[in-house]
Order: sequence, then C-alpha cells, then structure tokens
Amino acid sequence: MCGTCGCTEGEQRIDARAQGEGTSRMIEVHLDIMAKNDRYAAANRLHLEEIGVLALNMVSSPGSGKTTLLVETIAALGPSAASVIEGDQQTRRDADRIRATGARAVQINTGKGCHLDAHIVGHALRDLAPDRDSVVFIENVGNLVCPAGFDLGEAHKVVVLSVTEGEDKPLKYPDMFAAADLALISKTDLLPHLDVDMDAVVANALRINPALDILPVSARSGAGMDGWIDWIRAARSRVALGRPIDTAAE
Amino acid sequence: MHEISLCESIREMLEDQAIEQRFERVRRIWLEIGPFSCVEPDALRFGFDAVMRGSLAEGADLEIVSAPGAAKCLNCGATVRVADRFALCPQCGHAALQVTAGDELRICKLEVV
Ligand SMILES: Nc1nc2c(ncn2[C@@H]2O[C@H](COP(=O)(O)OP(=O)(O)OP(=O)(O)O)[C@@H](O)[C@H]2O)c(=O)[nH]1
Ligand SMILES: [Mg+2]
Ligand SMILES: [Zn+2]
Repeated sequence: MCGTCGCTEGEQRIDARAQGEGTSRMIEVHLDIMAKNDRYAAANRLHLEEIGVLALNMVSSPGSGKTTLLVETIAALGPSAASVIEGDQQTRRDADRIRATGARAVQINTGKGCHLDAHIVGHALRDLAPDRDSVVFIENVGNLVCPAGFDLGEAHKVVVLSVTEGEDKPLKYPDMFAAADLALISKTDLLPHLDVDMDAVVANALRINPALDILPVSARSGAGMDGWIDWIRAARSRVALGRPIDTAAE
Repeated sequence: MHEISLCESIREMLEDQAIEQRFERVRRIWLEIGPFSCVEPDALRFGFDAVMRGSLAEGADLEIVSAPGAAKCLNCGATVRVADRFALCPQCGHAALQVTAGDELRICKLEVV
C-alpha cells in the first residue's frame, strides 16, 4: 500500500503482470547513475586545466546575493580576468547584470530543471571560451539541495549563505555544506538589524564540514571582499601550478 | 526535484542494458543508495513510476538497498560507520568527522525477462 495516500495501485499492477509473462532471470550489475554526469564533469575539469582556468561553482538558496557579489568581485578582479556562466530557471537578467560590468557571460535557462549538470556547463564553457589564467564563476540555480549532487568539473564549490537565512541552515541542508570548500556568509552589512548569531553559523557549518573555509562578506559595504579576492587568487595560483609544464611555458 | 532527472538516467541505462544483455522487460530493479548520495528515496520512488511509464521498465518494482556510510575522525584518526552528517565519533566523541564513503547511487541487480 502506498504510504502517502493509502492507494493500492502498485499491488494491482504487480498481480496483472504476474499472470501474463514468462520466467525471469536475475542479472548482477554495477551501474553508477551519476556516471554520465561524472564523465562530462571530468572532461570539463580536464579542459579547464588545459586552458589554465579556475572554475568556481557558486551555490546557494535563491536571493543570497550571488549575482551582486559576482558584480563586485568582477570589479575587483577586472572584467577581463573573469567570466560567468549564469544558471537560472528563467530570464536573462543575471547575465545582463554581469555583462554590464564589461565581463563576458553566458546564460543557461534550465526551465523546470533545479540544477546545472556537467553536460550543459560543458557547452556553455565552449561558448564562453574563457581566457587563460582567468576565473569562470558558474552561478548555479538558486537551490540549496539539488546542485550539491552534481559535479560540474569545477575546482571548488562555494556556498553562499546570507545572514538573513538563519544560523541553522548548514544543519538543515548539510549536503551542500559538505560538498563546498568555501562558505561565504553574505550581506554582513545587515547584521546590526538582525539577532543572528554568527558564531553559531560558523560552528554549524564546521560541524558538517570541518575542512570548510568560511569568510564573511558584504557586497554592499565591501567588508570582507579582500579576503574573498585573496581566496580566489590563491585558488587560481594552485590551478596555474597544477598545469602541465609544456602549456605553462607558452 | 533532481530525482526526476536521476530516474531519466536510470531509464536510459536500462535501455542500454536491454540491448547489451538481451532482455525485453525489467520487472524489478535494486538500487543501492548511500546516506550521502543527495537522494531522497521517497522522491525517487515517486519519480520512478512516472518516468518508467511507457518504457521497458513500466510497472517494475523498485527495491532500495541502503549502503553504509563511513567517515574518518580528524581528532583520533579512527575510521567509523556513520548514518548522517551530524554523527559524533563513536571512539572519541568528537564532531570532526570527514565523510569517506556513502555517496553510492547505483543499480546493483535487475530481474528481467
Ligand atoms: N544588504 C545587502 N543586500 C544585498 C547584498 N547582496 C545582495 N543584496 C540584495 O539581495 C537581493 C538578491 O541579490 P542577488 O544578487 O540577485 O541574489 P542571487 O543570489 O543572485 O539571486 P538568484 O540568482 O535569484 O538566486 C537583492 O535585492 C540585492 O540587492 C549585500 O551585501 N547586502
Ligand atoms: Mg543571481
Ligand atoms: Zn575520534
């Protein structure tokens, strides 16, 4: 019986089928359901390494301030040092906001899709054709759940959590905080108006992922932006170091 | 609801397997799911019936097998079994557990005709 509504649909179907068909056999298999996405992700990662580009997969709930933060980040890095793949269910607004900075952007509309996958990002990367040594920000669909399970080939997932969302979010959405390498606690300019406990936000995030880097930022006031830019530069130099010697020499 | 797109991947894999392993229909499918696979079993069941409709696995039974999760304690170094991300180290009581296994999401057995 269906646990949700008490229907017996499934049972009837099994009975009908049992009468009509021949003998069955069992096959043992080992089929990884994420294998296809993971193959595309590995291809993206290889491509990014070859072209010496740092890709950061920016994940958060809707409205945490990802696009605003990216606009300010591009202003700090310089519009030719960064480009953006924007993932939203609908509209081209976020890509337009990025292009207004002078940086290049590609918009992906996922329609009903709740996450970006490695295949669609691979196409977007080829359309974007990022410059060597630049940074590609992939702004994922605003959703603190599903994007956690999809590797896009990025170097790091960066989870953005705004101070207005509450200190319990790392505990309620642990998969995302476990998958990320950096958590940006955004909109810290609003802290004087809130009773959120920043120490508890940090403690909860570290409870889920003890290796997580955590940086407070405000795109509005600029506080903490230096720390975030330094983090990006350090990650970018690790990409440069990891590059094969023959391509690094060009 | 990425469970729908996962079900679509499952359907494609079954279609490939049907050609490779020469079967007509799938009656039952065993799916191994780890505690850190980012999958909600109920949502998967819900999507499964809808996505398999009209395919070789229409009406197939979905058996969900849970895979164990493992973690390494960053405090005492022990490798321990864990069921969720809030677990404390059973050896030393510390919360500094780094998950090392349990993201499985795979088809492990099929009953076919
Ligand atoms: N006070 C304050 N507001 C901010 C800050 N950053 C963003 N906002 C506001 O938060 C709202 C959402 O910002 P966006 O940058 O569109 O957020 P997003 O995460 O890109 O949103 P989606 O792409 O729709 O998920 C806007 O009204 C911004 O003006 C900040 O640092 N401080
Ligand atoms: Mg946005
Ligand atoms: Zn321990």
